[in-house]
Amino acid sequence: MLNLEALDLARIQFAFTVSFHILFPAITIGLASFLAVLEGLWLKSNNSVYKDLYHFWSKIFAVNFGMGVVSGLVMAYEFGTNWSRFSDFAGSITGPLLTYEVLTAFFLEAGFLGVMLFGWNRVGRGLHFFSTVMVAIGTLISTFWILSSNSWMQTPQGFSIVDGRIVPMDWLAIVFNPSFPFRLAHMAIAAFVSTAFFVGASAAWHLLRRNDTPQVRKMLSMALWMALIVAPIQAVVGDAHGLNTLEHQPAKIAAIEGHWENVGNEPTPLVLFGIPDMQAEKTGYAIEVPYLGSLILTHSLDKQIPALKSFPKEDRPNATIIFFSFRIMAGLGMLMILTGLLGLALRRSGALYRNRLFLRLVLLMGPTGLIAMLAGWITTEVGRQPWVVYGLQRTADAASNHSAVQLSISLALFVLIYFSVFAVGIGYMMKLVRKGPQPHHEHPPHGGPGQERTARRPLSAVAETFASVEHVN
Amino acid sequence: MGIQGIDLSLIWGVIIAFGVMMYVIMDGFDLGLGILFPLIPDAQERDVMMNTVAPVWDGNETWLILGGAALYGAFPLAYSVILEALYLPLIFMLAGLIFRGVAFEFRFKASPERRHIWDKAFIGGSLLATFSQGIAIGTYIVGIPVVNRVFVGGAFDWLSPFPLFCGVGLVVAYALLGSTWLLVKTEGMLESRMRHYTRPLAFVLMAIVAVLCVWTPLLHPEIATRWFTHAHTVVFGGLVILGVLALVGLLKTLRQYHSHWPFVFTLALVFLGYMGLAFSIWPNIVPPSISLWEAASPLSSQLFILIGTLFILPIILTYTCWSYYVFRGKVRIGDGYH
Repeated sequence: MLNLEALDLARIQFAFTVSFHILFPAITIGLASFLAVLEGLWLKSNNSVYKDLYHFWSKIFAVNFGMGVVSGLVMAYEFGTNWSRFSDFAGSITGPLLTYEVLTAFFLEAGFLGVMLFGWNRVGRGLHFFSTVMVAIGTLISTFWILSSNSWMQTPQGFSIVDGRIVPMDWLAIVFNPSFPFRLAHMAIAAFVSTAFFVGASAAWHLLRRNDTPQVRKMLSMALWMALIVAPIQAVVGDAHGLNTLEHQPAKIAAIEGHWENVGNEPTPLVLFGIPDMQAEKTGYAIEVPYLGSLILTHSLDKQIPALKSFPKEDRPNATIIFFSFRIMAGLGMLMILTGLLGLALRRSGALYRNRLFLRLVLLMGPTGLIAMLAGWITTEVGRQPWVVYGLQRTADAASNHSAVQLSISLALFVLIYFSVFAVGIGYMMKLVRKGPQPHHEHPPHGGPGQERTARRPLSAVAETFASVEHVN
Repeated sequence: MGIQGIDLSLIWGVIIAFGVMMYVIMDGFDLGLGILFPLIPDAQERDVMMNTVAPVWDGNETWLILGGAALYGAFPLAYSVILEALYLPLIFMLAGLIFRGVAFEFRFKASPERRHIWDKAFIGGSLLATFSQGIAIGTYIVGIPVVNRVFVGGAFDWLSPFPLFCGVGLVVAYALLGSTWLLVKTEGMLESRMRHYTRPLAFVLMAIVAVLCVWTPLLHPEIATRWFTHAHTVVFGGLVILGVLALVGLLKTLRQYHSHWPFVFTLALVFLGYMGLAFSIWPNIVPPSISLWEAASPLSSQLFILIGTLFILPIILTYTCWSYYVFRGKVRIGDGYH
């Protein structure tokens, strides 16, 4: 059996690589849909501002897509290298779902991505728009498969266990497991919101530097409309997801709330702040609002939610971590809604593009979508512990039998590579953002299968070198 | 066995073996370029080398991801024990592939003064990825001890003479694939340099293969029995004879200044080596003890992914062929977009 130290290292390694990876697909999903909207608006209005924005963001999309492919390579192997007991136990379900994700991604690259990045002068406007839409849908289908797999691990169904291993019985029930619709919606919207704030912050940066063009204004305006509409929707979806979790993983909710025991028939209060202590089995320094826990989680004033002490000690997730990660996510979500509302107010008074204080806020809010998304994932993943397949296999039984030495070597290697390699990639993306949208004189590159520029290498769609984006503005 | 007598495990075994072979052949020559890079210091010639694979290299790695994912879906037991047993070599391989993949792209974006940094990352990444892959194959041939579906070998089993020798062998094999690929795709100085390097590379590779032919049956009585029982001996004898013929063909066409044939004969050599490996372990997917059927996922899993794969695989193959067709011909100095 694995000692705790090695298990911790294995979990840290997975958390590190998957957290790094998810940033890229999230922006890919959001930007793909943004590009489809931009192209649609351009076709409809013939306003070249949309076309300029399309060319600008498609370059950032290409670099980001490339980073996602490279960081995803590791993920396809990590289930086997690091979690071999899990792969053997549940691979008959999680393996095919991952295979479908990979097939979807390749299908995308082989076809529509190429037309989208390189087909401007080769196909008609309608066909090009269709390709962009297909790429956007394709990214969502990829999300579909990965989220289905993750959700199945959280709320497994449609299987039986033969000789101690999972055997799939009903693929429809497996794919559309109980938490899947909520998780898929929550993640897809998180990708949209993250992208909206990334786009908004890029616009705010340019406006603060007095690079006030119609393109930049349009970017800010669209991003803030998106924030205004989608951030509140995310709150509603998140609430529904929470109720679903309460039904299927009550221990997770109890830990998020830092809620240790129910007293008599008293309604559950909401702990606004506190420090859950797993050893002492209480939440220290708690500031509680009576009734509010019941109201939020049961939508009633008298029902209780299950408390942590009603679960055996070894089945409790770490409340200290997810109490805070959840509050970071929810708090940032509130700030995002507020930013959207402020934007609406300033739009009415006409100061949207001029109010420097507000622009600084939007700039500052740039990474919050991604931070909230990571905090949300930490909440749901730490919150399902100690299970890797909920109720069926414990994380401690899922790991490969590696020593702490092996895991330290590989973790150090991953940290080194990710920070050196992806830092350059992210830096390059930021420099492209800094260059800003260029009116009218963008020449989209030619390319295609077997040519210098090809969709298999998304970065080849970007003509800018490091040097050419080094000194702008 | 599958529905109505269709053996899905066999189909999946063939699909995955095909995918891995596509990977070895296609990523083989572009990893080979990274291995040959130190021999070609000239910046312009290095650009040409890069350009000979720029339009296709990312597609080459497609097969590696597809192979991994399909192994996971169709043979989860094999996926879990092989990947666990080969932990560090595979992590090193992934590290190498990331480095060279990113170096490949960023080299084109970097300024000329900074380009050498990415050149080094490209060389180091290619060498590390190839050497680790060779070690992984060697460890796999030696055998992965499994008891009750759990890997029971040591963490550093791969750190022994046979796998390390296989690591060196693969570096030479990929270098040969790279040098003969460049004969196809380049001209002038670069081509004649490659003609110069190909001969010794071919001889070194043959020496390595000869050593492997003696060493491998000594590792396992089972492999020895297999090689030297009647029916199989014919097959192996055939493979060896074809291998010798391919080597002769390679050397002959090299002397005659052919541009395409040396590469074709090198591909044949690699293919024969791959077939030799497949015959040595058949019908095991995890040598020495787990067969294709023992490692298989349930029928419903294999069937579920087969539907998608049969739809997508022809598309990927068509796209690949189309890419290579469009990209036919020599690459010259100054070609390319950068």
